[in-house]
Amino acid sequence: MATKTFSVAKLPGFTTTAIIVFIALYLPILTLVAYSFNASQSVAVWGGFSWDWYVKAWNNDAVKDATVRSLLIAVCAAVISTAVATMAALGTTRRKAFKGQTFIYVMINQPLMVPEIVTAVSLLILFGMVKQATGIQGIGYVIFAHAAFCIPFAYLPIRARLEGMDMTLETAAADLYATPWQTFRHVTLPILLPGVIAGAMLAFVISLDDVVITEFTKSGGQDTLPTYMLGQMRRQLTPEINAISSMLLALTIVLLTAFFLLTRKND
Amino acid sequence: MLRPGLPAAQYDQNQRERVTLSQTNAVEARNAVKAFGQGDNAVRALNDVSVEIRKGEFFTLLGPSGCGKTTLLRLIAGFEMPTSGTILLDGQDITYLPPNKRPVNTVFQSYALFPHLTVAQNIGFGLEMQGRPRAEVKATVDRMLALVKLEELASRKTSQLSGGQQQRVALARALAPAPKVLLLDEPLSALDLKLRREMQGELKRLQTETGITFIFVTHDQEEALTMSDRIGVMSAGKLQQVGTPREIYTRPLNRFVASFIGETNFMPATSDGTTLTLAGGYQMPAPVLTKSGTVTVTVRPEQVKLSPTAEPGTLPATVRGVVYMGTDMNYQLHLADGTEIEACVVSDVTGEAALQAGQTVGVTFTPGSAQVLED
Repeated sequence: MATKTFSVAKLPGFTTTAIIVFIALYLPILTLVAYSFNASQSVAVWGGFSWDWYVKAWNNDAVKDATVRSLLIAVCAAVISTAVATMAALGTTRRKAFKGQTFIYVMINQPLMVPEIVTAVSLLILFGMVKQATGIQGIGYVIFAHAAFCIPFAYLPIRARLEGMDMTLETAAADLYATPWQTFRHVTLPILLPGVIAGAMLAFVISLDDVVITEFTKSGGQDTLPTYMLGQMRRQLTPEINAISSMLLALTIVLLTAFFLLTRKND
Repeated sequence: MLRPGLPAAQYDQNQRERVTLSQTNAVEARNAVKAFGQGDNAVRALNDVSVEIRKGEFFTLLGPSGCGKTTLLRLIAGFEMPTSGTILLDGQDITYLPPNKRPVNTVFQSYALFPHLTVAQNIGFGLEMQGRPRAEVKATVDRMLALVKLEELASRKTSQLSGGQQQRVALARALAPAPKVLLLDEPLSALDLKLRREMQGELKRLQTETGITFIFVTHDQEEALTMSDRIGVMSAGKLQQVGTPREIYTRPLNRFVASFIGETNFMPATSDGTTLTLAGGYQMPAPVLTKSGTVTVTVRPEQVKLSPTAEPGTLPATVRGVVYMGTDMNYQLHLADGTEIEACVVSDVTGEAALQAGQTVGVTFTPGSAQVLED
């Protein structure tokens, strides 16, 4: 008889545990989606099937306004943070190991480690000072804050991609008369692209659902979708929230699927 | 090991003198030093190397790993700058010119093909970067595809190719911009034996057809002997000897060159400048310019002749063992002073050993085959 190798899958209760974990992960989401079709006013008592809450959410100007703002912020934050993260990744991998490398990594990934609420409060204070000094208002502050905390999320997949890339390719390009810029444009960037897209999508999704930092940095009338929903919950909870959440979920799933298909083709 | 039975014609081909070609050197390194690290920890990958590589020749840098051959190649390509010394291309100083400004192309050990481009795009890359017109790029790519016989695979991604095909793409890509010098960094090491033999012939053919100077780096001595016009043997960051394959094999300058290229025997001897005295008082004439004193003599096993008895005028030896190797019979011999040497004799029809272990035999060397080493 062959010796059995250790396998987690063969431990007693493995299947049960796995099922419980999946239920814990997906039951709340399924409930949320299911109750978005609820005909009654309650988010907990089923009153029959209806599209009403979707129609209501779609025609709600406050929701529309918040959605447009959310998307604007997310797109801007994703573009800015991805550009910065790409440069940071190139700067930290395209060279020999240097003193303080770990320190630089920690610095770049700071937003992953510092509690979000601390960042939020400090930004609130800083922006307050800037606003008072310059008198400039606007959505730019929120975009700036989002771009900043999205950098590490964009940085990680880009760096992973760069580290897996053969540096000889860049040497070969230089050998074949490419200037440093041509090398970047025709070799490094195209090979890096799946990582850049992954980074941008991650940044987009992270920005889209941020509550804490947005809540602290936004001015009056600058609600994003998550902060609008939070505000709604303080007043009256209707399945409209479920409908909005479900649409947000659908958008995320579409994005992730698109990303998966895109990167699979490139490899 | 190099088979002693290698036809003379092959040697002659290697020997071809290229005096008809221009006398300027394609590449020249003058006192090139490359040190890695700082201060006391610095390692000299290249230690004062000077070499002249002629136009249109197939020049091989041969040596074990870490001998500095790849470093020298990288200095010529421009991937590294020397710590001191000069690199000349066509008589022009290119020591500090960046790689993209040098009319020199490289075939990398890992091929380094661009994975996001097709075979044709890979081959055309250098020309595109030089800003050549579309039509010219296309014409050259087609010509290169034909040269390496890959016409059908032009629109494939490089990841869909076999090792041998990738190798050809790498070659075509490096040849397409018509460089003055082609550098090849152990390009055959990733291929299996059969494919390697095939590519050796192919490389030689391409070099003859294009007339481009090839600088080939390898640690495989047989590859070096069969392909090169001249070989530079390197060890420990120094150039040990430069010469034709025949010179390197038959006239090694030192112990390293003698033992790295083929099998050989080393015997201590004393010299008075004209005569060498070996173990047991055996004497033979010394090659010209031999210094006096204790020296090391080297003779290839196939130049060691055996007679069944230790007649006067021969070097007496005892047979310690016999190994049948197919083409040859290999005798391990023990000399009077304890030195072990080998003799390689072509097998006869029966494959039976003419001499038995334990037998005392007389050893002679083919006249002129003994070399006195510098160290």
